[in-house]
Amino acid sequence: MWKTVLRRVLFMIPQLFILSILIFALAKLMPGDPFTGLITPDTDPKTIEALREAAGLNDSILVQYGRWITNAFKGDFGVSYTHKIAVSSIIGQRAGNTVFLSLFTIIMTYVIALPVGLLAGRYQNSIFDKIVVIYNYISYAVPTFVLGLVILFLFGYQLQWFPTSGSVDVGVTSGTFAYFMNKLYHLILPGLTGAILGTATTIQYLRNEVIDAKQQDFVKTARSKGVPVSKVYSRHIFRNSMLPITSNIGMELVALISGSIFIETIFAYPGIGQLFIQSIGSRDYSVITALVMLFGVITLIGTLVSDILMSVVDPRIRLD
Amino acid sequence: MENENQLLDINHLHTGFRIKDDFYDAVDDVSISLEKNEILAIVGESGCGKSTLATTIMGLHDPNKTKVAGEVIYQDLNLVDLNEELYNKIRGNDIGMIFQDPLSALNPLMRIQDQIAESLIFHTKLSKEKRYERVLELLEQVGIPNPPRVAKQYPHELSGGMRQRVMIAIALSCKPPIIIADEPTTALDVTIQAQILDLLKELQEENGTGIILITHDLGVVAEMADRVAVMYAGQVVEEAEVGELFNNPKHPYTRSLLNSIPQMDSENDELHVIDGVVPSLVKLPRKGCRFAARIPWIAAEEHEENPVMHEVAPNHFVRCTCYKNFHFEEGGE
Repeated sequence: MWKTVLRRVLFMIPQLFILSILIFALAKLMPGDPFTGLITPDTDPKTIEALREAAGLNDSILVQYGRWITNAFKGDFGVSYTHKIAVSSIIGQRAGNTVFLSLFTIIMTYVIALPVGLLAGRYQNSIFDKIVVIYNYISYAVPTFVLGLVILFLFGYQLQWFPTSGSVDVGVTSGTFAYFMNKLYHLILPGLTGAILGTATTIQYLRNEVIDAKQQDFVKTARSKGVPVSKVYSRHIFRNSMLPITSNIGMELVALISGSIFIETIFAYPGIGQLFIQSIGSRDYSVITALVMLFGVITLIGTLVSDILMSVVDPRIRLD
Repeated sequence: MENENQLLDINHLHTGFRIKDDFYDAVDDVSISLEKNEILAIVGESGCGKSTLATTIMGLHDPNKTKVAGEVIYQDLNLVDLNEELYNKIRGNDIGMIFQDPLSALNPLMRIQDQIAESLIFHTKLSKEKRYERVLELLEQVGIPNPPRVAKQYPHELSGGMRQRVMIAIALSCKPPIIIADEPTTALDVTIQAQILDLLKELQEENGTGIILITHDLGVVAEMADRVAVMYAGQVVEEAEVGELFNNPKHPYTRSLLNSIPQMDSENDELHVIDGVVPSLVKLPRKGCRFAARIPWIAAEEHEENPVMHEVAPNHFVRCTCYKNFHFEEGGE
């Protein structure tokens, strides 16, 4: 299995190379450049021109790409045009927040979705199941920004139970338990929003898997052995129903890390999603390209993790 | 009980499935019994209710969707009336079941040893070590080479024949006096079929087990069974010792079935076909001879109005009087 993992990792190199060309080309295709916003009627065009020259924007595309990719390979994605500090350090500050938020969201999602999905599937067509199905339809249909705003308004402004922005309060010492709890406190609203949206698919998925597994022949075999129904569920049906979910965790995490743009923007949560949207607004190429590259790497790793997990939980799948 | 050799006594058993708001009997007034050391074959086409009969004996139907009435007497207990808890003591321990397709009947995520040991968990007080000793013993008994290795494998790693041997080991694990085998060889290829049947016969002779063998393969019946019940549209239409049934079939359906077996030395190139189809559960006529529609050349007055079983020879029973003047259709044979 480790051979396969190594082969897959090596295969990522050409994939990332192709991705880098695409990203670079797309960034260059965007209209304007970081200095467009600085032009006012009073600006001397020569100043702008000098800035462009200094930033290397007047070199040929190939030279610019070559410079970017060599530096990127060394972990240096250049300096942010707007923030004037190294891209890697800006992303570094924010990535931690996003990973924290994503993990929190995914844990909340599964804590809610696992029991609900399994029970809804087991007691199909019961009143509980019907309520769950209606809940699924609604939470699946509601867009992120609507749900986010409703939650923000209700729990943030009206009830004032939770903070409405940021990832930590000013003045809390980093590294202490209080700091951790304060961060967690800021996570609850954005995490809840993400979890509510995530539960819809997970519950529906699990419910259908349970309903499907119930009719499998091996369930009849287990029953004919004299295994009580509740044990048939815990020993046979649930395990089989969890397969697709388990293998999906990797991709789910990828989707959260690279897809938290709406949630982070609504809750003004300083993560990479918010950074991404801000950077697009300010045409901060170096940050945009670095982030898209990062999303690419995460996706590739996520798929690999999914495949590994799948082979761990399902004996029929072996990586080789 | 009139006969101490009797293991299972089924009287007037009805199993009705719910379709919309009505219940339709898929098993309609079946009365048969099984003795120790006996292989009772139940034959019939797909949809005649033979598998439903098996699952009814095991009590595996969802009570919300099925209605079971009648008696399945086992050791003075009517299984039909048992609650789940008591039934679970019977299932696996007193009645073992072997299913048709051993791949789908085994849990793909569980090792063979855990699947066999499962019934031991619920029916015995054996320690974990003792359970696994018993698993190896069972695998040995069903003729699996290298039991310690197979015990650790998963179903997909075994061949079809091996999987069915594992299913048999599961059914045997608590040494039940009764085994129900629901088309145990249908999913296997012919050479493996013979091996599995030999194994079943061998185990039955060794342990004195009573086996209810459900099949649509008359070749299997001839080879294995002591007694045969032929089912058509939810009812038993003929019941006899195996030799008697093959040599002296009475009911038009049995005769048609036997006539449908291709003969190697026959000069007739065409296979005999029973015209028409088995009526669906909803459209099934509840009165009169159910086979009448498929032998329309037999006059209506030949059939009984409410067909009952007639003993035409010792221990040979036939439903309806239409057998008396039955002949195959002109030009058919």
